[in-house]
Amino acid sequence: MLNFVARRLLAMLPVLLAVSLLTFLIASLLPGDLALVILGDQATPENVAALRRDMGLDQPLWWRYLSWLGHVVQGDLGRSFRTGQTVLQAVAERIPVSLQLMLMAEFIGLLIGVPVAIACAARAGGAFDRFMTGSAFAMLSMPSFLTAILLIYLFAVELRWLPATGYVPFTEAPLANLRFFVLPALTLALAEWPGIMRVLRSDMIATLQEDYIALAKAKGLKPSRILLVHALKPSSLTLVTVTGINIGRLLGGTLIVETIFALPGIGRLLVGAIYTRDLVILQGVVLLVACGFVIVNFIVDMLYAVLDPRIRHGHA
Amino acid sequence: MTAPLLAIEDVAVELPTPRGNLRAVDHVDLSLQAGRTLGIVGESGCGKTMLSRAVLQLLPKKAKLTGRVMFDGEDLVRLEPESLRRLRGRDLAVVFQDPMTSLNPVLTIGTQLMETIQEHLELDAPAAKARSIELLAAVGIPAPEQRLAQYPHQCSGGMRQRIAIAIALSCEPKLLIADEPTTALDVTIQAQILDLLAREQRRRHMAMIIITHDLGVVAGRADEVAVMYAGRVVERAPTQALFKRMHMPYTEALLAAIPKLDTAPHTPLPAISGRPPDPTRPLKGCSFAPRCSYAGGRCQEAKPVLTSAEVSGHLYACFHPIRMTEGIEA
Repeated sequence: MLNFVARRLLAMLPVLLAVSLLTFLIASLLPGDLALVILGDQATPENVAALRRDMGLDQPLWWRYLSWLGHVVQGDLGRSFRTGQTVLQAVAERIPVSLQLMLMAEFIGLLIGVPVAIACAARAGGAFDRFMTGSAFAMLSMPSFLTAILLIYLFAVELRWLPATGYVPFTEAPLANLRFFVLPALTLALAEWPGIMRVLRSDMIATLQEDYIALAKAKGLKPSRILLVHALKPSSLTLVTVTGINIGRLLGGTLIVETIFALPGIGRLLVGAIYTRDLVILQGVVLLVACGFVIVNFIVDMLYAVLDPRIRHGHA
Repeated sequence: MTAPLLAIEDVAVELPTPRGNLRAVDHVDLSLQAGRTLGIVGESGCGKTMLSRAVLQLLPKKAKLTGRVMFDGEDLVRLEPESLRRLRGRDLAVVFQDPMTSLNPVLTIGTQLMETIQEHLELDAPAAKARSIELLAAVGIPAPEQRLAQYPHQCSGGMRQRIAIAIALSCEPKLLIADEPTTALDVTIQAQILDLLAREQRRRHMAMIIITHDLGVVAGRADEVAVMYAGRVVERAPTQALFKRMHMPYTEALLAAIPKLDTAPHTPLPAISGRPPDPTRPLKGCSFAPRCSYAGGRCQEAKPVLTSAEVSGHLYACFHPIRMTEGIEA
């Protein structure tokens, strides 16, 4: 098992390196001179050239990449030339918001998706299955801004149960904080559960055809045990993958939902950086988000091994 | 004679297919006394596995089952799901063909053994564990205590089939159905597994149905043999009587298809020519007639019914039974 973890960790290194190269290239190859952006339209060519020299922009691309990477591995991702904040400060300020949103959205998504998938697979082709498969399809094709507006209309405007926009940190007012997060998390969850439900349902239906399920029935086990112990675990590998991808994606913030519900998360930070051409922030945030994605996928790999002993023992 | 433990009465199974209804089992009657062994023999697709699934009530959802399966005084076909569940695994157990697929790959062997025991017997976890160790030892698994924590993929095929047998035996069933228990195993393991089944059967005084395509498997192991072809029982007899004198040409052909050690090299096996009839298009006459060298005009026109031979308990369905002069030793 330790060997397995070590191998997976080692395999992450080239991925992270490739990620850093790509993020660097994206930011560097964007049209527009960074020095010109900083100095504005009124700058003289001499000033621009001087700043370029100061920032190392006159160096070749590979040299700039290596020196940036050198700083990055020491934990220095750079500093915004607009706000003076370092990338790490800016991200640290906003990550709790995106993290909380992601956790709540995934939790609600799984809470809806998993039981529905199990119930559908247990009676595949039945009335409940057909209804839920249809509903999932409808939900899947609904854009999140529409869901958000409908939810705001229903719960904030009509019923007045929940606030439409705003944010307070959990540490200041836990209950108010949760109330602010319910609608945005629900908006995301409503887009998440159909995917969760569909992969788990189809995997469960396939698993329920297996010989070992027939044997579990022949052993006289309770139907609930057959579904939850014998069928769910071997069916959940794709579910774990999908959840991992969802988490990785939501970790990077959600531009639309954070904007609609006025949540100061990573998504809003990114949008701001793009609008103000704050390339240092953009580059740093994209790198951190990509690293987060890689780490989540590493955790997913570990979960595979927990779920399937054959992977743990290197048989599959 | 006491009431049989299992009585299959006029059981028919139909499966809907895109090409029409497939009659997998065609009005079969069989019975089995407690503690006895019945061998069901036939080639692939003859309905023997479907028949066993009908007894276990594990048919595919769309299958249509008619007839009665009387087990220990109750009709399994009409039993409530909950009563059926309590019966399965306790009084009625099964060993499937392929031990590579019949054990759950993500649960430990201990879990798969103990869950059956704890479902049906009033035992706490330590007692169930002790019983599991006993069972594994009984089926010839070395170091049974360590095996409990292992997963199926850590065991060989023969080992897994022994574990599957241990699971089947765990609640002292009255009837064990072994559905081609050795087909997926190495030849060297086959005899070991069959001997294990026979030994445990005698020890526990349980009835057993062995389903196989190999007449050699039931010879000397089953008390009675039923030969199935195209969903029907075409010959049924006490094993000794059957091997002494076969009446049905199909049974003879099945026996001839077993390779023998004393034939010269490169001798072609006398395989049964042709294929079984399309089960969605039943024939008017005898199902075996198109492949039978004895068949006459009558065989195309009418289905022969099971008729008694001279030996009591020997039934066959044939208009032109074989006149054999010499018997084959069982």
